[in-house]
Amino acid sequence: MDIRSRALQDGRPTLSIRDLTVDFPKRDGAFRAVDGVSLDVWPGEIVGVIGESGSGKTMTALSTLRMLPKRAVVSGSIELGQRRILDLSPADMRKLRGDRLSFIPQDAMRALNPTMRIGRQVGEPLVLHRNLSFKAAVSRAVDLLRAVHVREPERRVEDYPHGFSGGMQQRAMIAMGLALEPELIIADEPTTALDVTVQAQVLKLLKEIRDREATSILFITHDLGVVAELCDWVYVMYRGRIVEQGSVERIFMDPRDDYTKMLLASTPTLFPREAAI
Amino acid sequence: MSDTVIQIAGVTKSFLRGVNAVDDVTLSVARGETLGIVGESGSGKSTLLRMILRLIRPSAGSITLDGRDVWAASGRDLKQARRQMQAVFQDPASSFNPRQSIGAILAAPLEVHGIGDRASRARRIGETLERVGLPATTVSRYPHQLSGGQRQRVAIARAVIMRPAVVLADEPTSALDVSVQAQVLKLFREIKDELGLTSVFVSHNLAVIREVSDRVAVMRHGKLIEIGTAERVFTAPESDYTRALIDAVPDPFRRFRAPVELESGS
Repeated sequence: MDIRSRALQDGRPTLSIRDLTVDFPKRDGAFRAVDGVSLDVWPGEIVGVIGESGSGKTMTALSTLRMLPKRAVVSGSIELGQRRILDLSPADMRKLRGDRLSFIPQDAMRALNPTMRIGRQVGEPLVLHRNLSFKAAVSRAVDLLRAVHVREPERRVEDYPHGFSGGMQQRAMIAMGLALEPELIIADEPTTALDVTVQAQVLKLLKEIRDREATSILFITHDLGVVAELCDWVYVMYRGRIVEQGSVERIFMDPRDDYTKMLLASTPTLFPREAAI
Repeated sequence: MSDTVIQIAGVTKSFLRGVNAVDDVTLSVARGETLGIVGESGSGKSTLLRMILRLIRPSAGSITLDGRDVWAASGRDLKQARRQMQAVFQDPASSFNPRQSIGAILAAPLEVHGIGDRASRARRIGETLERVGLPATTVSRYPHQLSGGQRQRVAIARAVIMRPAVVLADEPTSALDVSVQAQVLKLFREIKDELGLTSVFVSHNLAVIREVSDRVAVMRHGKLIEIGTAERVFTAPESDYTRALIDAVPDPFRRFRAPVELESGS
């Protein structure tokens, strides 16, 4: 039984999005970036949202984080646990973000503060949300970096981000995202900028975190391969809508939507199907 | 041995700090063949391609095109070499002049090499655009008015309009959506076969390399790790590094062998 059918027997989803619509006003009407999206992420589940550019996958993620540009007009509902995210005040949202909900962006180098040592930066959520001293937060950062397999974390907390490789920076972002043991991690193409060998390590790390902490992960990507390796449940987005959803096995073995089929057929592979028996 | 078009012998590029971006690489590309070069960042794959293109000067070694040393050429020989060898880059937006129309962009190489008159050039531009699947009206468009896939089609048109013998491509589809990538790769293969082009195709994406290449070279830290037919390198890699690379690729069809028609939709 997959996680989803187990979860459906009892309890409620970690994240529940219903009829989400995001419009960007233009002079002549509006551009609808997200068009009636509903999706769920269950506890301990890794859910993939896959789509090409312009599909609305990132806008869906940013809506959940309440990080959309100001001019975006949002409707629908987003619930994290019992909290209705779209109704929260900015102050309450700030409390939630980083605490119950964390974000791992694509470009770790740009997300990290270049003038702040890794240790302070990774520990900063603990200072802001848990009232730890910076000293205590840095020593906790050592543990967090160790948990994401950064070698010699006692020494590396003193480094600045530029002293970290791309893969290490992404690990530091993940460590920071884990600091407050969130219910949900939203990751937007977190491995797209990485070399494949490093990507494989980061994906393994995310699975490990899910297994260890039972954290739910909403994973945004354009890469079908990453979805196949990592996700339990998949939503396929196209032009602002979810065109298909299913378990990862079902989506890959028995795709029903024409767009999903086209995506699968377009994906170059090292394992050509004619050789598959 | 088969007819060698590109011969790279003992090529090294040292940058500052004593690191060799490319370290004593020897390989050759036969006529009509596509050699794929695959590697992670810092492997030296793009530096090697740029040295063939005469954009970066090797610190040691030689590169010949049809038996003539690319770096020793000058005057008429150099012009000839440049005409024979065209390039397609990752980001066509940054390799086009944003203020030139597509027509002007495609006419430029013909004008530089004094090919044809105005009317015959216009005809050739029209034919080439049609060949890469763009409407004739594209000539009056500007780069920013085209999608990424359309721009890459223009880049391919610009490369083949000279009827070159060799096309060098550096991550030409890496910035494209997969559905667009599939179309551009298909176009690349068709044109290559039609014109009998010899090509070198650089990418970090193993699956893309497998799809377009006859032979594959794997690079790491500037060194050539192994080279062989695509089939051999991907099914029976000799080096542990190649094996590790293949194992690291998140490939949906490793786990799932979906019964999808390969040719549909592309």
